[in-house]
Amino acid sequence: MSRIESVSLSRRALVKASAVGAVTLFSPQLALASPAAVEKSIASFFDGRIAKQGKVTVKIPPITENGTSVAFMVSVDSPMTLEDHVVRIAVFAEENPVPDIARFELGPRAGIAKVESRIRMNGSQNIRAIAEMNDGSLWSGHAFSIVTLAACLM
Amino acid sequence: MLMIRIKAPAKAAKGEVIELKAMIQHKMETGYRRDRYGRQIPKDILRRFECTYNDEVVFRAEFFPAVAANPILVFHTVAKESGSLVFKWIDEAGVEVFDKVELEVV
Repeated sequence: MSRIESVSLSRRALVKASAVGAVTLFSPQLALASPAAVEKSIASFFDGRIAKQGKVTVKIPPITENGTSVAFMVSVDSPMTLEDHVVRIAVFAEENPVPDIARFELGPRAGIAKVESRIRMNGSQNIRAIAEMNDGSLWSGHAFSIVTLAACLM
Repeated sequence: MLMIRIKAPAKAAKGEVIELKAMIQHKMETGYRRDRYGRQIPKDILRRFECTYNDEVVFRAEFFPAVAANPILVFHTVAKESGSLVFKWIDEAGVEVFDKVELEVV
């Protein structure tokens, strides 16, 4: 009895392993972004200016079962007054086929700097958000999620 | 036609920060998927979103394929005066769809 059990378990493990193998085999077809590619697209979008860590909070679930639709929230610590407000927020993924996810433009009329949406994630990765203030300063924040089922294979 | 769902308060106090939710039915096809014959499914996404409050833009978004199907946006604006909020989406071909809600500021 116990012998049969151990056989079926190892078969399951084998099926799982081959599925993982298939995923890794097919993934390179997509020219994936990387942390370096993200740095590059951030630099080109913000003309090479450097973002400081802080002020920006990114929220995604720590563990995601399905990468096709992941609840996402970005907020920036800003009074959102005429003198001091967020101008735009750019969101990037480190392991998606393209680094860009979305860009938001807001201003003092927003009242609070907070945007929610749903995004696709092609595997476990960091989601980064860069906020530009009206004085031109850049602030950055990120969050990591473990993704069980990647979006781009479906 | 694309189904649009807007959630916005009908009434708000002057100066109050109100939450606006806008969802649209759209497959947001990434262009990376293949059909069962192995042919690439062409990219078809909404590119931009815009919310105007009495003809003044209060929020804008730019979408990439990494935005999930049936994109939802939750954002905020300060209730200034009574009027209309227009939510507009623009796809890659430049086709626009929009919805409008009325807001009463007391």
